[in-house]
Amino acid sequence: MDLSIVGILLLDGITNGAVYALLGLATVLVFTVTRVIFIPQGEFVAYGALTLAIFQTGKVPGTVWLLLLMALLAAVMDVRLTWQHTRNAPKALKAGVFTLLLPVVVAGLSIWAAPRQFPLLVQALLTVGVVTAFGPLVYRLAYQSLADASSLTLLIVSVGVHFAMTGLGLLFFGAEGFRNPSFWDARFNLGPVAVTGQAVIIVGVSLALIGLLWQFFEHTLYGKALRATAVNRLGARLMGISSHAAGQSTFAMAALIGALSGLLIGPTTTVFYDSGFLIGLKGFVAAVIGGLHSYPVAAVGALFVGLVEAFGSFWASAFKEVIVFTLILPILVWRSMAGGHSEEH
Amino acid sequence: MTLTQNTQRAALIGGVVVLALLPLPDFWITQLNYIALYSLVVLGLVLLTGIGGLTSFGQAAFVGIGAYTSAYLTVNLGVSPWLTVFAGLAITAVSALLVGWITLRMSGHYLPLATIAWGLSLYYLMGNLDALGKYDGILGVPPLKLMQWDIGQGRPFFVFAWTLVLLGTFALLNLLDSRTGRAIRALRTGSTMAEAMGVNTLRYKIGIFLIAALFASISGWLFAHFQRAVNPSPFGLKMGIEYLFMAVLGGAGYVWGAISGALVTKLLEDQLQVLLPKLIGTSGSYEVIVFGIVLVLVLKYLPDGLWSLVGRWLPAPRRTDDWQQAAPLPERTKPTVGDTVLEVKDIRKQFGGLVAVNDIGFSIKAGQIVGLIGPNGAGKSTTFNLITGVLELTSGTVKFRGETVSGLPSREIARRGVSRTFQHVKMIPEMTVLENVALGAQLRGHKGALSSMLRLDRAEEHSLLKEAARQLERIGMGGQMHELAGNLAMGPQRLLEIARALCGDPALLLLDEPAAGLRHKEKQALAAVLRQLRSEGMSILLVEHDMDLVMDVTDHIVVMEFGTKLMDGTPEAVQQSPKVRAAYLGTEH
Repeated sequence: MDLSIVGILLLDGITNGAVYALLGLATVLVFTVTRVIFIPQGEFVAYGALTLAIFQTGKVPGTVWLLLLMALLAAVMDVRLTWQHTRNAPKALKAGVFTLLLPVVVAGLSIWAAPRQFPLLVQALLTVGVVTAFGPLVYRLAYQSLADASSLTLLIVSVGVHFAMTGLGLLFFGAEGFRNPSFWDARFNLGPVAVTGQAVIIVGVSLALIGLLWQFFEHTLYGKALRATAVNRLGARLMGISSHAAGQSTFAMAALIGALSGLLIGPTTTVFYDSGFLIGLKGFVAAVIGGLHSYPVAAVGALFVGLVEAFGSFWASAFKEVIVFTLILPILVWRSMAGGHSEEH
Repeated sequence: MTLTQNTQRAALIGGVVVLALLPLPDFWITQLNYIALYSLVVLGLVLLTGIGGLTSFGQAAFVGIGAYTSAYLTVNLGVSPWLTVFAGLAITAVSALLVGWITLRMSGHYLPLATIAWGLSLYYLMGNLDALGKYDGILGVPPLKLMQWDIGQGRPFFVFAWTLVLLGTFALLNLLDSRTGRAIRALRTGSTMAEAMGVNTLRYKIGIFLIAALFASISGWLFAHFQRAVNPSPFGLKMGIEYLFMAVLGGAGYVWGAISGALVTKLLEDQLQVLLPKLIGTSGSYEVIVFGIVLVLVLKYLPDGLWSLVGRWLPAPRRTDDWQQAAPLPERTKPTVGDTVLEVKDIRKQFGGLVAVNDIGFSIKAGQIVGLIGPNGAGKSTTFNLITGVLELTSGTVKFRGETVSGLPSREIARRGVSRTFQHVKMIPEMTVLENVALGAQLRGHKGALSSMLRLDRAEEHSLLKEAARQLERIGMGGQMHELAGNLAMGPQRLLEIARALCGDPALLLLDEPAAGLRHKEKQALAAVLRQLRSEGMSILLVEHDMDLVMDVTDHIVVMEFGTKLMDGTPEAVQQSPKVRAAYLGTEH
């Protein structure tokens, strides 16, 4: 192994680590606000990359129809719920329309734009819109009515959602994989290492997003409200913060982060309908390093996971997944030594 | 009762033999064989998830360990399958203990996460090791033979596998109806109560994870010799999640839910694998969509699973009082009246900047009832938790019968003869009153999981139940011992806690607001019980807001306010103290 290989592996580790960091942050975010261990985070990544790939072919991605279907279901549930609470038909209808509005607009735009083959950036924007709109709907359909269930039940729900989303991914995108075009074809030579434009974008976007999230949680009222929900749901509710709204916006953010991650890795690797799971789980390992509550430790952990994976694939490529996922055991030992004795009921 | 139960169980095993002799199509026998393999794994998950409140997505990996160990040893080294099953169990046990020991010391969601990672890495390991044949796996695994008789296929295998499933089911049913089973069922309510009853919750959590893994390992051993080949795909994470699906669908809280879940899932899967590709037009494992949606719907609308629908129609098993002849439990030597039993010296608890208990000190002599009173928020319950080891002391010492107990975990303090009740009742609603009370005698029994499964614990179990029944009679609740604890009103729930505490054969009893929610007559009965206990030499520390009761039964009273000791003295002295009046009623200015 010479210096240039070390350089290439480092670069590889950092770019992958940057994506894992985003996913790790999304995992921590969802867990702290809703107590949901969101296993299907990776599915948003695959949905993002593949939706863009289908837009590239000029067709309407199946995810758009799924979005409409889920929005319709959620709207029906909202109409029923509001009707049961208020017995007021206009109010109930309004709730339904409110739920439908954004997904219908996004889906309509997508259906209109798909055959017109707009530039890559416009398609990427549409993709982000479609996948982000899934977030609140997933929360509404699967989690909302179980929001007060035990964290074990929520975890099992997550596994169910993961199964359903993977299967639907197969249904809409088929079994074959796609590789997206690069957003920036430039190449820079840094000594012996060639840095691609895509790598620069990945690291740049990740850093920007982490900065934005930090700004949001530290310096905006709504961000603080979400943090309050994370600390004490009942207390937050008494202060007028709706825990349903908090859950839905958290899931929207998680979906947004997933979609962006999908766009970022789409050009660097072939993405299949089930690729998201492994990618998401690596973000998960990062989140566990952060104890599922610390954002900065999760980010550093993600970088570590990326580097371990890069060097692992160089030394023992067949065993790189084994190495990455076995890593969680020593990490957990370290965490339990570091005073993780707290117990949650 | 045991006789009829044994007959029922023998009849079920006989039913398996009869079913094998019936002219069922071979296809159905094969399906039922797979269902038996799944049932074994799901039985373990029921214990872990439905009863113990933990979960694992890695059960398929343990199945894989059992299967690969046996396949490798029989094919490459020619070892008999009857020996390889133990090798598989040993490897499974070591890995389960490792994963459990690492993760279960932290909060509950780390175990499932670790099992996901563990399951994935094991899957890729099986798929990439040359010795294990990479993704092609190991072919030509020999069948199971009993003497010269091939029991690895068809009907003989059906009888063998289903007999194992039924034996596993009976073992779990036996386990849950025992001392160990009560401790396992207490895990879900949180560790505080279980630990106060002397249960080492970490040990029991690791224990049920181990048992679940061993069940999976046996299923894997059967699988390898039934399929005659192994490859990584049935041991992946997808299958791990499907096992959990079976448990939830069947009813994770019921032992019989395991078999019904495995049955329905297999039948559903078969139908969907034919139907869905036809409907969609291309082949693929689309059934996961349905599984995922059904899983969410079941958790929402039928959280107790399918078996809860069946169980409703079955007669509730009623315990018969078959413990009359049991030997009484040995009792500890009690302190002689007048000895100092508890000595609390300058104990202090700070939560950050808040001093909840500020250098409190007092002592209790044998045969004395001491009252601990004070306005709400004075730190009485915190003092309780400090004495019983539920909370860690910031400083100070607690001595019990001359031995320093501060710093010990609460189960060790309980072992030395300190029993308590809780201000907010902590019990297991789905167990009967008798079983809840028997939990208090946990430390007076010694039989473990294995003897419970094999029913070698009956003599001790009867002694424990006899003691529980005796304490219930004593407290005036003998008539309600077979009711579910969750059906009790508030007052009787508190009495249940007192009976449970008495079951521990304590030398010191700590009662946290025992009279709250009791009616007048019940309060008088409680006072009578307390006096009787005192006359037997018991020492009691009583936190109570009912002043009539406190003044009536106590010998000595400690008054707390804002974490500090206001005064202590006889009930008369306390009643006359202007300081105490000011604390409760405020002062005139």
